[in-house]
Amino acid sequence: MNSNTISRVFIMGFVLAFFAYLFGPLIIMSITAFNSSAFPRVMPWECFSIEWFDVLIQDDKLMLGLRNSLIIGAGVVLLAVPIGLAGALMLTQVSARLRPWYYTIVISPILIPGVVLGISTLVFWDRVGRMFNTGYESIFYDGIFLTILGQATFISAYSMLVFISRLQRFDPALEEAALDLGATNVQAFRKVLLPFLKPAMGSAAVLAFLASFENYNTTVFTIISESTLTTVLASKVRYGINPSISALAVIIVALTLVGAVFFEIAKRREDRAAKAAAQVAAGGRAQAARTYFAEPALMLFVLIFCAGLGTVYFAGTLGLDECKVAVKEEKKRRAAARIKERETLQMFQRAKPGQETGTGAVPPPQTGEAAKGTEGYQGIFAPGNLEGQVESDTGGEPAKGTEGYQNIFAPDNLEGQVGGDQEQKSTGQ
Amino acid sequence: MSADVELENVWIRFGDFVAAREVNITIEGGSFFSFLGPSGCGKTTLLRAVSGFLEPSEGRVKIGGQDMAGIGPNKRPTALIFQNLALFPLMTVWENIAFALEVKGVGKTERRKRAEELLDLIALPGQGDKMVHELSGGQKQRVAIARALAAEPQVLLLDEPLSALDLKLRQHMRTELRAIQQRVGITFIYITHDQGEALTMSDNVAVMSEGVIEQVTDGTSLYDHPETPFVASFVGENNLFRGRVTEADAQFTVVDTNVGPIRARTSTKASLSKGDSAFVFVRPESLKFTNGASADNTIKATVHTEEFEGQFWQVFLDVPGGDKRIKMSLVNDGRQLGHAPGAQVDLSFPAELAVALPEGPLAAE
Repeated sequence: MNSNTISRVFIMGFVLAFFAYLFGPLIIMSITAFNSSAFPRVMPWECFSIEWFDVLIQDDKLMLGLRNSLIIGAGVVLLAVPIGLAGALMLTQVSARLRPWYYTIVISPILIPGVVLGISTLVFWDRVGRMFNTGYESIFYDGIFLTILGQATFISAYSMLVFISRLQRFDPALEEAALDLGATNVQAFRKVLLPFLKPAMGSAAVLAFLASFENYNTTVFTIISESTLTTVLASKVRYGINPSISALAVIIVALTLVGAVFFEIAKRREDRAAKAAAQVAAGGRAQAARTYFAEPALMLFVLIFCAGLGTVYFAGTLGLDECKVAVKEEKKRRAAARIKERETLQMFQRAKPGQETGTGAVPPPQTGEAAKGTEGYQGIFAPGNLEGQVESDTGGEPAKGTEGYQNIFAPDNLEGQVGGDQEQKSTGQ
Repeated sequence: MSADVELENVWIRFGDFVAAREVNITIEGGSFFSFLGPSGCGKTTLLRAVSGFLEPSEGRVKIGGQDMAGIGPNKRPTALIFQNLALFPLMTVWENIAFALEVKGVGKTERRKRAEELLDLIALPGQGDKMVHELSGGQKQRVAIARALAAEPQVLLLDEPLSALDLKLRQHMRTELRAIQQRVGITFIYITHDQGEALTMSDNVAVMSEGVIEQVTDGTSLYDHPETPFVASFVGENNLFRGRVTEADAQFTVVDTNVGPIRARTSTKASLSKGDSAFVFVRPESLKFTNGASADNTIKATVHTEEFEGQFWQVFLDVPGGDKRIKMSLVNDGRQLGHAPGAQVDLSFPAELAVALPEGPLAAE
């Protein structure tokens, strides 16, 4: 193996590690969405299920938050895109000496922490409300209204950046040409500059919507008594979580993927059209453009998507109940076995008090003091008690190692397990 | 319809920089007029003053006798063809052409009809539905002209529109531009740094240098009767001899140079008197090998190289005390020249074909 191969292997390893770091959490989370276990996890795998999507849709709080998020997102787009456009156009109009100052000022909302923006929005509109002597039911205390305003303060700066980068590629001669041909300033703007900025408007709108949709730190202040998707999620994480959140993540990831694929296809079509046009200009023959739906990439994607969706649907509903029953039975069986084992152990200990009673392959070393201390509790603290519930134990010293904690915090222990819980927990401590 | 364009004592300043200095020009309506000069001489600035994109610091721009002060580019009877053409990339060819009508509020069918007429005029019939980027360079050029003509301007301004084209196309477009100008009969004002373009197309040419109009005249006069050293050195090739005036009258001037006294034509505009520093310019094609007959001027030179160019022989020669090698162009009449490098030769030229001018700035090589 020469140094070249080694470096290549190293680079490959690095790339893999990097991607694992980037996408690992997403993949794990997506898998948990399909596990019927009540706690989002991959292991142990119980049943392949899509019930969490159902739970998600049934979740009224979350759905209300989602609805509000969509409304706020739309509002922010309507507010931030025109403001951003105006800001970017202004930048082209101010003199070269003022430009850096102007730029610094209009960009500053991005640099100010969102928390500060949130609080200041709240305080400012409260003052305005007081000034007009309106009550708390007025618009100045409306969470959705304030959130739109608060988010738009910095999101319009984002969209301005999008417009600035597009405007830098605008040939000012085009506007002059329009004027020269008799257009008024308004006509030149509407017929020449605005069409040129259309793609930037699309990007700015998407960017503004996404920035609004995922915003938390400004929203959490300005939303007051309402809720958005992010605030609902945050409170959910705080007060108990189930895989329906993973299901939401799967939906968002899927939507992102779909969007990315469509964007890529559109871009390729554009590139191809440009190339074809160049060929025509160079005297080549014009080729008929493919319709959008005849794109091989798109067709493949739709096929894979539909197949995936179908598989998931059938696999997630067919045989789910049987599987669940089986898992439950299995759990019950295991719990019963454990209880039984413990009972025999206890009986055994009672029969020979104070004596070493290892049940496993290796008897745990027990000092006299330890034995003394546990006597009063009928030997339930005896380290050997844990043996029975550790399925894949390596057989070391059970009392000392971490085995004592194994599985006892796993939520499914709470299911189908009777009586043993309390004891186990205390033995584990 | 065409209109005269008058520039009266026009000064254009950008801070301390003077882009145009005391420009006085009258451009006759319906003529093809060129501003010729090296890049940065202020010709584009003058054009922008005519089209209305900037106001002169001093002086007046008149079109058709009307003072244009305070009238914006969209209200002037001019149309500008930009250096990069500035065709609207998101519109089709016909929409580009009909833009001037669109902003005037002309209906779509009427616009389309007019666009088709103009497409016929520029010999691109039936290409109206293409996008601009589907056209070749020369076609874009013609679309730009059609778009400008659609505005029915009285004056068409062209800012080096051919500079982006390759040589062949450029030569073709020259002829075409001239033909279009004659067909539509409006005033064309053309900006170029290419003297070939200026001389072939124009009725009159103004040569500019550093914001100053050096000379305004027709192409042949410009070549044959330069009035300043700049024009003499910028337009075509010229051999320069420096010296001092020893004799001067209205017809001829004698200048004592490093190759001996040269008798040259006195320039019509410039006045030289005895003792002045002067430049004498002689075109390469005016020089001949002495054939024994008496001539106004004879100079001694040493052959450096002879280059055969098919139509011409280019002979490069050294002269005693000369700071630059001189050049002679001889029409190829089938005879071999066959001078060995270093051969001593005598050159002669008539006084009418040499011009004496007062010392002044020359064009950069």
